[in-house]
Amino acid sequence: MSEYTVKDRVAIIGVGETKYYKRGQSPLSEFRLACEAIKRAAEDAGIDVREIDGISGYANDRNEASRVATALGLKQVGFMGMVWGGGGGGGSAAVGNAAAAIVAGYAKYVVVFRALAQGQFGRFGQAPVSQHVSGAAAYTAPYGLFVPAQWVALRTRRFMHDYGINQEPLAAVALADYYHAQFNPRAVMYGHPLTREQYDKSRWIVEPFHLYDCCMENDGAAALILTSADRARDSRKKPAYILAAAQGSGYRHAATVENSFDYSSSNFKTLAPRLYEMAGITPKDVDCAQIYEHFSGAVMISLVEHGFCQPEEVMEFVTFDNITAPNGKLPVNTSGGNIAECYMHGLELVIEAARQVRGDSTCQVPDCKISLVASGPMVSPVSDLLVHSM
Amino acid sequence: MAEVKYYLPEGLPTPRAQRDGLDKEYWDATRRHELVAQRCNSCGGFQWGPEAICHRCHSFDLGWAKLSGRGRLYSWIRTWNPVHPALREACPYLVAVVQIPEADNIRMVGNLLGDPLQNPPFDVEVEAVFEDHPDATLVHWKVVDG
Repeated sequence: MSEYTVKDRVAIIGVGETKYYKRGQSPLSEFRLACEAIKRAAEDAGIDVREIDGISGYANDRNEASRVATALGLKQVGFMGMVWGGGGGGGSAAVGNAAAAIVAGYAKYVVVFRALAQGQFGRFGQAPVSQHVSGAAAYTAPYGLFVPAQWVALRTRRFMHDYGINQEPLAAVALADYYHAQFNPRAVMYGHPLTREQYDKSRWIVEPFHLYDCCMENDGAAALILTSADRARDSRKKPAYILAAAQGSGYRHAATVENSFDYSSSNFKTLAPRLYEMAGITPKDVDCAQIYEHFSGAVMISLVEHGFCQPEEVMEFVTFDNITAPNGKLPVNTSGGNIAECYMHGLELVIEAARQVRGDSTCQVPDCKISLVASGPMVSPVSDLLVHSM
Repeated sequence: MAEVKYYLPEGLPTPRAQRDGLDKEYWDATRRHELVAQRCNSCGGFQWGPEAICHRCHSFDLGWAKLSGRGRLYSWIRTWNPVHPALREACPYLVAVVQIPEADNIRMVGNLLGDPLQNPPFDVEVEAVFEDHPDATLVHWKVVDG
């Protein structure tokens, strides 16, 4: 084993979340939600909150690490890290950074958290109103190209054109999310099943995305706690060991005005090989996958770029039967994910991966040993995580 | 006259050149109804959007080249959900991503003029159409007939 790896040296020992709300419905402030999720993750881990000595975040989280450390009375902090970039691309990277900090000896117990209260702050799916615009946005905003649904739709449509893909795989992703959420009492869409007829009749947001192809917008907070494999052995819950982590971007993916070099890529092409190499596994070894779904179309492309099927095989592989638990070939987004559990910028996907390998998912995949998380398709950076049980 | 002046209603943000002057030439050229793109004076390569350095040869000696205004429709979308208050009565509308073969396949964005319910084929030839506003000129695209 190479000396330069986090493989099997770090584990997720606790997870926690607040109640998940529809957008704007949390009666509590975003910061209060963050503190509550961290407290619950510490309880789950069986440690005193004050033992936390590292804080790892992403997506320009508004709940600044020093404020969190101060409010919780942390005795000392040895690591505070933030992943560049907005949106969900940094979700797995924040966990990867936490793992690196533990292996480097900067901190013993690192918390990764995300908190969102869009009633208190602005929405992601609506453009800010301003009179003028300059820079890269000057080439898009005056044409009504503003929001992630549109960027992802443009790229998804090119991919669908190149490989002869119709609406079926997109519908499969949305319906699988809603199906899994019906087993998950935490899910915002628990008790609200989705039929194919409802999906087909739902309004277009931007073609090829119906309403149900799009993530929700929610209020809430989620957190997880990592520590070294040595300390994890004594923890209260079964640890979810980090098998591999990867983050980054391909060649000029962030080129502005729709000039990404590999236009319809989910941006995982350079990460996935590094991820599998660190883990020493192949895609066939993955028991279930949590794939960030801001929009359904990006999931099928992410599955391709993680080696689960070829682009020409998307129509046969990405079907409801194949991607639903417990018996699908590769159950995907088994908590309901961003589309039906909660849009916590994908941190709920990391938590679900940990639950799957420790065996307490609400939609448990039988004998699940290895779970993949893919964070942030089509943005830069994106990030990946593999967790497993030992 | 009840003529429709612009493809999209007024109220969307108006483009302005960057304060550092990086893309002043592009916006000035649109006023003359000319389409230009950033081209490296050292290696001759195009890049878009404009940057401070050439990503190929790392020269800071960057200039501008006039384009013919023709390109290929690389992708397009039809937006139905108004994502800005000015778009409430304007949906659906089409946004085009156009690839420019004569300029190292850089891509530019604009609205695709014509029937918003049309389904143009991918890679069809399109040409630039200039739309003058009081403070700036936008560059749209339309499918080349025949």
